[in-house]
This record gives sequence, structure tokens and C-alpha cells, in this order.
Amino acid sequence: MNNTTIYIILILLFPLAGFLINAFLNKNLPGKISGIIGSIAVFVPLILSLIIFINLKKNIPAQTIYLSQWIITGQINIPFEFLIDPLSVLMMLVVTGVGTVIHIYSIGYMHSDNRIHTFFSWMNLFIFFMLILITGANYLIMFIGWEGVGLCSYLLIGFWFKNNEFNYAARKAFIMNRIGDLGFLIALFLMIINFETLSFNNIFTAHHILSQDTKTITIITLLLLVGAVGKSAQIPLYTWLPDAMAGPTPVSALIHAATMVAAGVYMIVRSNLLFRFAPLTMDLIIIIGITTALLSATIALYQEDIKKVLAYSTISQLGYMFLALGLGAYSSAMFHLTTHAFFKALLFLAAGSIIHALNGEQNLRMMGGLAGKLPVTFITFLIAALAISGIPPFSGFFSKDQILLNTFNCCPSLWIFAVLGSILTCIYIFRVFYLAFYGEYRGNSPDNHDDEDIIKPDKDISALHESPLIMTIPLIILAVLSLAGGFINLPQIFGGNNYLDNYLAIESAETGIDDTTEYFLISTTVIVVLIMIIIVWFRYTSKPAQGPKVITEMNFIEKMVYNKFYVDELYRFLFEKPYDFLSEKLLPTIEKGTIDKTVNSAGTLSLTLGSLARKIQNGNISFYILLMTLAAIAFLAINVFIL
Amino acid sequence: MTEHKIISAIQVVPIEYYIIMCFALFSIGLLGVLFRRNTIIILMCIELMLNSVNLLLIAFSAYHSDPAAQVFVFFIMVVAAAEVSLGLSLLVMMKRNINSIDVNELNKLKW
Repeated sequence: MNNTTIYIILILLFPLAGFLINAFLNKNLPGKISGIIGSIAVFVPLILSLIIFINLKKNIPAQTIYLSQWIITGQINIPFEFLIDPLSVLMMLVVTGVGTVIHIYSIGYMHSDNRIHTFFSWMNLFIFFMLILITGANYLIMFIGWEGVGLCSYLLIGFWFKNNEFNYAARKAFIMNRIGDLGFLIALFLMIINFETLSFNNIFTAHHILSQDTKTITIITLLLLVGAVGKSAQIPLYTWLPDAMAGPTPVSALIHAATMVAAGVYMIVRSNLLFRFAPLTMDLIIIIGITTALLSATIALYQEDIKKVLAYSTISQLGYMFLALGLGAYSSAMFHLTTHAFFKALLFLAAGSIIHALNGEQNLRMMGGLAGKLPVTFITFLIAALAISGIPPFSGFFSKDQILLNTFNCCPSLWIFAVLGSILTCIYIFRVFYLAFYGEYRGNSPDNHDDEDIIKPDKDISALHESPLIMTIPLIILAVLSLAGGFINLPQIFGGNNYLDNYLAIESAETGIDDTTEYFLISTTVIVVLIMIIIVWFRYTSKPAQGPKVITEMNFIEKMVYNKFYVDELYRFLFEKPYDFLSEKLLPTIEKGTIDKTVNSAGTLSLTLGSLARKIQNGNISFYILLMTLAAIAFLAINVFIL
Repeated sequence: MTEHKIISAIQVVPIEYYIIMCFALFSIGLLGVLFRRNTIIILMCIELMLNSVNLLLIAFSAYHSDPAAQVFVFFIMVVAAAEVSLGLSLLVMMKRNINSIDVNELNKLKW
């Protein structure tokens, strides 16, 4: 057993131990201790991942760690094995790094919740499954993690289970994910049939199948894509993610922004050697990616709930990652995944800090003028907003720029759409920024309560206070990462050496763009985005007291966007209504007529037979003996005369 | 010598006679068990059935000159003695509890 094996076992065991301790000791621990245990259970894996990162030698980049046998039947042998290579180490660092910060933040955010132990145990369970997903060396291990994170996502979305809306949101997320998981599962079966193995090493080296059987590979990759689309909330399975914002904000930051939703991207990057042989799937990924990016960015423009805006923003950024994947720019996708994990987690945590200060208020209508009251939140949110908008030198600039360049390299018309998406990004994020931090505080104006079901106690602006240090320090850490994260993959034209690209060493599509064009493209994007920020600034700060537009003032198109293009309603009409209709039609015939009747008559039959047979037991001893004698004679007769 | 005489005396009567007599005894016992209500009579009838089987065993044993069955009969008699003592104690309990020795009175244990 070498060191790496021990490290990987410890990396997996620590979050599991954290889960078990918090789950079983539960209320016996003080809330703070439980939070500290939870944070340590993620922090130690971070340290170990760093050690693995340092130890990972350039010349032996991939190590398969075999733990034990698992499934052996006939030709198929699926062991319990883990893979340590640059890709999984990068993901481990992102998950444990962002995870640690968010866990520490949660100690402050959840301190007044009396189920804080349960919260931390589920968070640790999530980290455990996420690490299994990342480090698994075959698709089945990956699938264990894949399902596990889905479960934790479900549990944590419905964490405040007393609100039924939240429970429905959790169920929706679970069911939507199940559709994707079905695709993934069928892909696994097809791989077993065609490759007779599920190990990454064996599948990706089976060149005789890969290069010849294009049809099979296309089907497998399409099914894998269905799985990725479900998990990463892309069209058409994206509607669960905005609803998933029902969970506590740290959950949204960790699961629904930084890590779990990126699992689909990770899975495709991991399977890039399969996707290479399926150009059809790649084109489909491009279409899904760019459509999702634009559609959800548009919806984000008109949302009132601060977390919903961020949720649509996440979907949109994941769309960018898919775009990069479809173009074959795998390391750009991983780069954007990493920087996105930093700045989106930061956005969510900063939003959480606002929500915390406003006693759970999430509506942008009730915010405004918070800049002076929440200075740390204000500055960190600004950094994250600049990062997501792609302003140099923030991290989002470099990663998004790489994707844009790759897009231009493929097809300039697509580049225009991608730039449009990044313009929308900066509009919606700065809209939130100005609405929350500038203008006048609207939380205590009575006109804004008209359409609220529950009227929250008004808070005076003077009563607002910045979050405690345990919440602001994580914000600052993430702000530094969002600021500097881009430098891990500084492109050549800025004097860097594409460290991440070289580190991951995944064959990516080459951008054959010369430096002049590249400068031109970058400056165009940046200038357009800067202009848009200024326009948004004037739009939302010219009339200080104004909140978001009220629905009655909107025109038709605005209403469409406000109602999220009625996609939920469309799905209800397309799937739920026919299902309900079918159920109601089948209720009298199939359910009541066939199934119920069969089951009930089985019961009646045994009752009838029983009431006949019990006549024999009449309590008369002589009768029993008579029967016994007759039976004995009968058996004797059978023995003698028949046998 | 005397032993041999006994066996030959037994063998004078054909085996069929023994079988028929034992069958008759057994049937009488069985019918008694089935149709009598007095528990003492039932116990006696059970003994009758047992002894008819014993008799048959000894008859066959004599005809085949095989003493094993005779040893076996002694065992059965010991068991029968134990069984009778058990049956009689049950009878006493029955008399004490329901003040009757009619088996048809014991019909409470039914559906």
C-alpha cells in the first residue's frame, strides 16, 4: 500500500466520518462543535489533495488505485478502484477547497437553526459522494457518487421541510435528475455490452471499437449527454435548478453552483476520448450549450429573487462550459468550471450574507442601499460580479475569454451569440448589484408588501449589520480566489504559459488565431461589457427609489421573460397533464377493475376455503381419531394398491 | 427342548388364524376408541389395540424362529405401562376439572 492509496482512503473516510459523527451524535453536540467537525472533515481532505497534487509526478500522470474486487461475473470484472490523474486532482482541489470555505461559512449562517447537526452531516455526506464521483476509476464507481450527490441534493433542498413548496422543489430536482440518470445507466449497460468493462483505462484504449463502431459510440455518448444534461441543468432538464434555491444558501453555493452541477461537465471531460469519436454528439452539445446560456441569461434579467437570478446565471455559465465541451476545448471547460466555482460560490455566499442581514428576505424589491451597511459583502460581491462579467484581470475574464476564442475559431457567427450571452451576463449581474447595494433601502416601504403572502417584519435600515467574521472571512478567501484564479491558466498573449492546459494535458482543439485577432476580439468583448455596465448603472441608479419593474407595467415580451418563458407550464402541459389524464382513464378499468379485483379475490378465496376447512375442527375427539384412522387407511391403501 | 416344543405347538395353528384374530382384536379396540364416550373404556381399548399388535409380533416371531420380535414386545409393554399411568392421571385431572369422564364433554378447543 503506497502513500497515495492511504491518502485517497483518508480523503474518502474523513467526510464519511464527519457524516457519521454528526448523524449519530446529533443533538448531543453543541451546534458550533458540529460545524467545526463538519469543516475539519472537509479541510483534511483538502490538505491531502494538496499533498497528492504536489506528489503527482509529471512523468506518471495517472495512477489507478485498486482497493478490492467488487463485481465479477463471466467476462465482466468491475473492481473498486480509484483514479488519480491531473483531472481528478483538480476537481478534488476545487470540491474540497470551495467545500471547506462554504462549511466554515455555514457555521455562521446556520448557527440559529436547531437542525444544524443534520445540516452538517448531509453536507459531509455530499462531499463524500462528490469525491467518490470524482476519483472513481470506472463508470460504476462514478455512478455511485453520481446518485449519492443527487440524494444529498434532494435532502438539502428540502432541508426546511416544514414548507411544502420546498419539498416539492426537492422532489422536482430528484425526479428531473432521475431522467438524466436513466440515460447514464443505459449508457453503462451499453458499455458493458460493447466493451465488456467499465474501467476508464480499458474503454479509452479499446481503439478497435472506438474507431470502427461510430454508431454505438454515438448512442453511448448521447446517453451520457442525457445524464450530464440532467445533472448540469441544461436544456431541456434545467427547470429543477432555479427551484432548488429553496435550500439554505450554503447548499446553493456548494451543490447547485460550484460542485454537483459541474459533475456533468466533469463526466464529459473524463469521457472525452469517447466523445471525440462522436461528432454528432459534439454538435448537439454546442447547440444545447449556447441555447441554454442565452435562454437562462435572458430569464435571469427579470427575476426578482436574488437567488433565482444567481441560479439562472449558474445554468447560463454551465451552458458556456458545454459550449466549450462541444467545441472540443476540454481544458477551457475545466478552467471555466474552476473559476466559476470560485466566483459563483462567492456570489451565493455574498447573497447569503445579504439574506442573513435581512432576516431571510430574498426579494430584490426589498433591498437597496446596502452598500454602506454591508461593506465586506459589497466589495466581495463586486469582485464576483466583475469576475462573472469577464473584466480583466478577474478570473472569469480569462476562462470565458478562452471559451470565446475557441468559439471564434470554430465559427464566428457562434461567437456573436456567445458574446451576446456575456453581455446579458453582465447586465443581469450588475442589475442585481445595483438593486441590492445602491439606491434607497426599500425594505420598509409599505407599497412593496402588496403582493406578498407573508408580511415579514419591517427592518429599519439602521438595524442592518454586517455578518460576523466567520461568514466574512470565507467571502474574502473566495474573493481572493475569484480575483487571482485566472492566473492558473494565463494565456500566452498575456505572458503566461497556460499552466492548467499543460497540467491537465488533455488533447484540446487548437486555436489557430493569431495574436492581433485575439487582441481585437478580447478588447471588443471587454469594451462592450464595460459599456453595458455603465448603461445598467444609469438605468438602475438614475431613479434611486425604484425597484424592479412591477409586472403590471411590463409589455408582452417582458412578461414572457418574467414568467421564465412558461417552460414549467409547458412541461406541465406536455407531461403532467397527459399523465394525469391517462391515470384517470385507467383508474376504473386497470386499477380498480383488474389489479384490485385480482388482489381482493385472492383474499376472498382463502377466506372461503378457510371457512369450509374449519368445520373439520369441531372439538370432538372421536371425530379427530376417526379422521386420523381414515387417513391412515387411505395412505395404506395408496401404498398397497397404487404404488 | 421344551422351547422347541412350544414353537412347534404354536406352529400347529396356521398363521392366517393368528392374523385374523389379531385383526379382529385390533378392530374391536379401534371401534371402541372411536365410538365409546367413557374415557376408561377408551384407554382400555387402546391397550387392546396395542396387545393385538404384540400378539401378532410374537406369532410372526415364532413362525420365523426369530427372537428379536419377542424382545421388542417387552419394550412395547414397558412403554404401554407408562402410557397407561399417564392416561389414568389425565383421567383423574379430567374428573376433577369437569366432573365427568365423557370425552365428548371436552369439546371446548375448536374454532
